[in-house]
Amino acid sequence: MPQMSSVPIAWRLQQPRYRLIGTICTKCNTSYFPPRSLCQTCRDKGKIEKHKFPGTGKILTYTVIRIAPEGFAEFAPYAIAIIELEPGVTVAGQVVGDPEQVKTGRKVKTTFRRMYTDGKDGLLQYGMKWELLDQ
Amino acid sequence: MRRVAIVGAGYTKFGECWDKSLRRLAQEAGMRALADAQVEGKDIEALFVGNMTAGRFIGQEHLSALAADRMGLTPIPSTRIEAACASGALAFRKALMAIQSGQHDIVVAGGVEKMTDVGGDSAVASLMGAADQEWESQIGLTFTGLYALITRAHMQQYGTTSEQLALVSVNNHKNGVHNPNAQYPFEITVEQVLKSPLIADPLRLLDCSPITDGAATVVLASEEAAKRFENPIWVIGSGQASDTIALHDRKSFTELQATIVSSRVAYKQAGIRPEQVDLVEVHDCFSINEIIAIEDLGFCKKGEGGKFVEAGKIARDGERPINTMGGLKSIGHPVGATGIRQLADLVTQLRGKAGKLQVNDAKIGLALNIGGSGATGVTHILANQNAL
Repeated sequence: MPQMSSVPIAWRLQQPRYRLIGTICTKCNTSYFPPRSLCQTCRDKGKIEKHKFPGTGKILTYTVIRIAPEGFAEFAPYAIAIIELEPGVTVAGQVVGDPEQVKTGRKVKTTFRRMYTDGKDGLLQYGMKWELLDQ
Repeated sequence: MRRVAIVGAGYTKFGECWDKSLRRLAQEAGMRALADAQVEGKDIEALFVGNMTAGRFIGQEHLSALAADRMGLTPIPSTRIEAACASGALAFRKALMAIQSGQHDIVVAGGVEKMTDVGGDSAVASLMGAADQEWESQIGLTFTGLYALITRAHMQQYGTTSEQLALVSVNNHKNGVHNPNAQYPFEITVEQVLKSPLIADPLRLLDCSPITDGAATVVLASEEAAKRFENPIWVIGSGQASDTIALHDRKSFTELQATIVSSRVAYKQAGIRPEQVDLVEVHDCFSINEIIAIEDLGFCKKGEGGKFVEAGKIARDGERPINTMGGLKSIGHPVGATGIRQLADLVTQLRGKAGKLQVNDAKIGLALNIGGSGATGVTHILANQNAL
């Protein structure tokens, strides 16, 4: 993501990106990841609090990126999946390791990795990827 | 609301136009549409221009003023509209509303994108501005990747096959052969599609629309003003809907709510059912999106889009001719221009001027323009005099 991110962006996103902390509306008990600060149902009547998600999930659909965008060529080919964290809460993420092993239904857990090298200063950005759990 | 007609349309040759700048493309399409309508610059009251990301592709913003300037239309009001790949249709919808409201009588809506001044990987990264920057772009997703996630989900849920996807590209290229403005006016085979390199599994190179330079323009007129034009094509339905910016935030990955909702609004306004549509322009940025559109627009049951294609129903002489002038796949996809190009092609068909590509007895046409992975959907329904 050349020139796209910066220290403040990484800093703002460190809780969800490093620790899988999302949000929950304690009024209607709907949880959100990536976090939302406005409940989609209760809107301003809702009560949003931090919510730590367990670091595991299940693959719902996946692809293998063979032609990578600027800044990601060093990782290609790499798998990206949509992962269900809990019923109704899903997020896209990179699955590390052999992309041929990635399959729908497989369980995954978070792993802390280098995501990309940012901008002309070469700032390293870290975050969460996913690794396959034994079947 | 006042009735509105399209009275002129035109678009440039689409392709890698290294010899033409964005301003030149916009001007060329504009002058073609004005010549087609036989209107003078002094007749035009307002301008709306669709463009996704000229700031990232060529470092130029403020396209509203630039377009008015290069077309010699200053000082009329000019507005740029951005909704990713749906920018064109949305610019048209705003032009339509400007006339419906009584504010203006003759308005120009255009779309333009200049994509090949940057390299391929940079263009791919720029296009990701249409997705969720924080949670999709920054994990290394691409647009092919997003639609690949949709494709896999559709295959898993409904048994859609790679061969069915390939037939979408084959059909669009078959039509594009006879479109003089198409970027890739040649036929391809199912075998070629299935042997083309994987870009993001299961999508292959020939499942993807290309990176393209181009511009398209239409001229709209109020019912009163349209009286002096020959063969006006009426806008009988317009709908627009939004969805979550990120694909992963949707309840279903196999349908686009923005298509379902925007088309239902447009059908209701037009007072027609899907069966009454004679020909369709859909947003085949990737082959899967044509199959999903066939289902979500109501031309078959959910999940049967692949079989619909396999049965040849989308052919020019089939049950529901789709992308009769080549679609995004063969004509090319200059993102901001596509929505206007679709409408221009419907106008040509509904006027009966499509030559070898003419659909017999075409009276009602529908165009669906999609932004991002389905976060914006814009549907328009057009009709000629014979339909009214």
